[in-house]
Amino acid sequence: MCQNCNLDENQKKLQEVFDKYKDTQGALIPVLHEAQEIYGYLPLSVQEAVADALEIPLSEVYGVVTFYTHFSLYPKGKYKIQICLGTACYVKGANNILEELKKQLGIDVGQSTKDGKFSLDACRCVGACGIAPVMMINDDVYGSLAVSDVADILKKY
Amino acid sequence: MKSLTELKAIKQKVTEVPDYKIVVGMATCGIAAGANPVFKELKRIADEKKLSNVDIQITGCIGICRLEPIVEVYTAKGERYTYVKVDAEKAQDIIQKHIIEGKPCTDYLICDDGEACIKNIQETKSFKKQIRIALRNCGNINPENIDEYIKNDGYFALGKVLTEMKPAEVIQLLLDSGLRGRGGAGFPTGLKWKFAAAAQNEQKYVCCNADEGDPGAFMDRSVLEGDPHSILEAMAIAGYAIGSDQGFIYVRAEYPVAVKRLNLAIKQAKEYGLLGNNIFGTDFSFDIELRLGAGAFVCGEETALMTSIEGKRGEPRPRPPFPANKGLFGKPTILNNVETFANIPVIINKGADWFNKIGTEKSKGTKVFAVGGKINNTGLIEIPMGMTLREVIYEIGGGIPNGKAFKAAQTGGPSGGCIPAEHLDVAIDYDNLIAIGSMMGSGGLIVMDEDNCMVDIAHFFLGFTVDESCGKCPPCRIGTHRMLEMLEKITAGKGEDKDIEKLERLAYSIKEAALCGLGQTAPNPVLSTLRYFKDEYKAHIYQKTCPAGVCKNLLSYNIDAEKCIGCGLCARNCPANAITGVVKSPYTIDKDKCIKCGVCMEKCKFGAIYKK
Ligand SMILES: Cc1cc2nc3c(=O)[nH]c(=O)nc-3n(C[C@H](O)[C@H](O)[C@H](O)COP(=O)(O)O)c2cc1C
Ligand code: FES
Repeated sequence: MCQNCNLDENQKKLQEVFDKYKDTQGALIPVLHEAQEIYGYLPLSVQEAVADALEIPLSEVYGVVTFYTHFSLYPKGKYKIQICLGTACYVKGANNILEELKKQLGIDVGQSTKDGKFSLDACRCVGACGIAPVMMINDDVYGSLAVSDVADILKKY
Repeated sequence: MKSLTELKAIKQKVTEVPDYKIVVGMATCGIAAGANPVFKELKRIADEKKLSNVDIQITGCIGICRLEPIVEVYTAKGERYTYVKVDAEKAQDIIQKHIIEGKPCTDYLICDDGEACIKNIQETKSFKKQIRIALRNCGNINPENIDEYIKNDGYFALGKVLTEMKPAEVIQLLLDSGLRGRGGAGFPTGLKWKFAAAAQNEQKYVCCNADEGDPGAFMDRSVLEGDPHSILEAMAIAGYAIGSDQGFIYVRAEYPVAVKRLNLAIKQAKEYGLLGNNIFGTDFSFDIELRLGAGAFVCGEETALMTSIEGKRGEPRPRPPFPANKGLFGKPTILNNVETFANIPVIINKGADWFNKIGTEKSKGTKVFAVGGKINNTGLIEIPMGMTLREVIYEIGGGIPNGKAFKAAQTGGPSGGCIPAEHLDVAIDYDNLIAIGSMMGSGGLIVMDEDNCMVDIAHFFLGFTVDESCGKCPPCRIGTHRMLEMLEKITAGKGEDKDIEKLERLAYSIKEAALCGLGQTAPNPVLSTLRYFKDEYKAHIYQKTCPAGVCKNLLSYNIDAEKCIGCGLCARNCPANAITGVVKSPYTIDKDKCIKCGVCMEKCKFGAIYKK
């Protein structure tokens, strides 16, 4: 009677994504983008579902997921911190901001805090170079940073 | 949209002119600086005071990032006021004093480099030296409203092309204009289109490269956020010229605002029938799809970009076959950069002769630069080709902050090189920059001062290419790694005699042997710093010092006993407890404990701490 009844919420959403891209040429990357939106990351089970739905070998899906830095095999924190290490930010001392973030959070780049609140990643330019150095926490951009700003910004979350 | 007459009707539709139009710069940089709360506050007070004669709008980036958030007021008489660094409080004043009482808030107006405040951005020295073609609408129109684009001649070039010109005439016009690609290599755009037009195939594609991978550049982002329709219009023109009905825009996922505005623009253009079937009542149809990148620099390279749109790992393909014959999904394809496209509608409207009078003999028109790093006026500028770097840095850019000395400007990102002070008077164009060992690149221009170590900068770029190498070809995958190791050794103070020669030899081998542009250009930052700053390399290798005081392993922090008054501030702030002493007599730093963070030097009020 109803095919999707026993699927959980996320699976249902994923199915909708599959339906949406059914006839799209080169659908894999857009599908992975949306799948990561739903799950927050791309665990093996999700990659398997994608491989099945698009009829692509799992190895190819995995190959694509690991090629692009935007896709993650591990869960990220509730607040994703991205510190820009692009040229403009680097020249203006972004490294020192990164050191301070590591110190405050007690984690290294690529890791999440134990409580799952923050994850720390370095990225290459968010296009706000005019106000370097820059970091993003989820979609909020913080510019013209000084080392002494870091603690106050983290407190907001 | 059935005809040009219909388009003209929209352009000429008289909308009631409000007494005041207030626009808030809401590109990524504006939003980051706090434009959102300012916009909301303006709206809130205007509602609260029941002001019916004001229209509050958003706009894209006007180019002066350091002064964001920026609010501009246009009066019905045609006056324009540029308010800078606006916050919620200033927003209240602007409404109360300027709008309600009719007295502009002179204190908040833009100033010209420390001189008296003037009225608006167009009167500043740095703006007067610019010519805005690609950025014509950025900061002037509401990018989320297609009518504003049309009011500024938007979609008229497409109308003209479809109703009055043959595809071959469009291509000839571009050839005559001398427009060269703004994505880096400077390939003549008309020629690229001509090749694709000549290819025989019922399916062809038009792609727009909005991947903007150069870390430190944001020209394309600003155009996408500030004037998305110009890209759609130009892509449709390209489709007509080469015989394609489908376009793809490949945009970085790191640009959420650009993605949102592009999606909106595509939707509006479809509603108006400016994309879709039978545009302007002709038998030409064209559609555009957006594809998001996923954080891989190499995907800016044309063949890798196409592989990525196909849904695969973004690895480059050997050329030939060139995309004009065998590109996306194996079909003839053209790929142009965002800024290249942004120029095209204007060229069509104003003609090739108008365009090719701007610029130098071999580089026509203007170039947009994202100016950043150690320079006073960070932001976005558009200059005629042929301007000197000195004019860009000192007249438009306002010089180097804190009285420091200019050391070098980096253009071309990780594929480019640095330009030292001795070449400040070179006229900027494609060929001159190549001749001095750099390149135009896509428009990132990062200024470095005496505090930047050039070996460290070379190391930074190599680190970037090592991370971003896709791994397909060994010269790039392994070669750049080896170069990075050598640079690590040198910056760590472990450099040896002959290291420079080894670096050079490896650099030239990689340039010769790598598969794609990424590898072929990866050694450039090293070669160009070696060309102009070899002494700095030598100081690291033979004297084990870093003249700029950057490379931590070669540094030590010291206290000048004559200047130290023994206040103890440094010791209290030292995170490593490396500073000891007795109050009122000079302190000392324990070099074994010191982690070289520099906090003491920052905190000392007497300049008593120095590094060497
Ligand atoms: C490693 C690499 C990265 C590139 N990144 C970009 C980019 O981010 N944006 C861009 O427009 N062109 C980039 N290019 C240049 C493109 O390959 C291509 O030449 C350009 O987009 C063509 O457009 P144009 O003729 O309008 O300049 C890159 C090239 C290489 C080799
Ligand atoms: S380099 Fe950091 S935002 Fe561009």
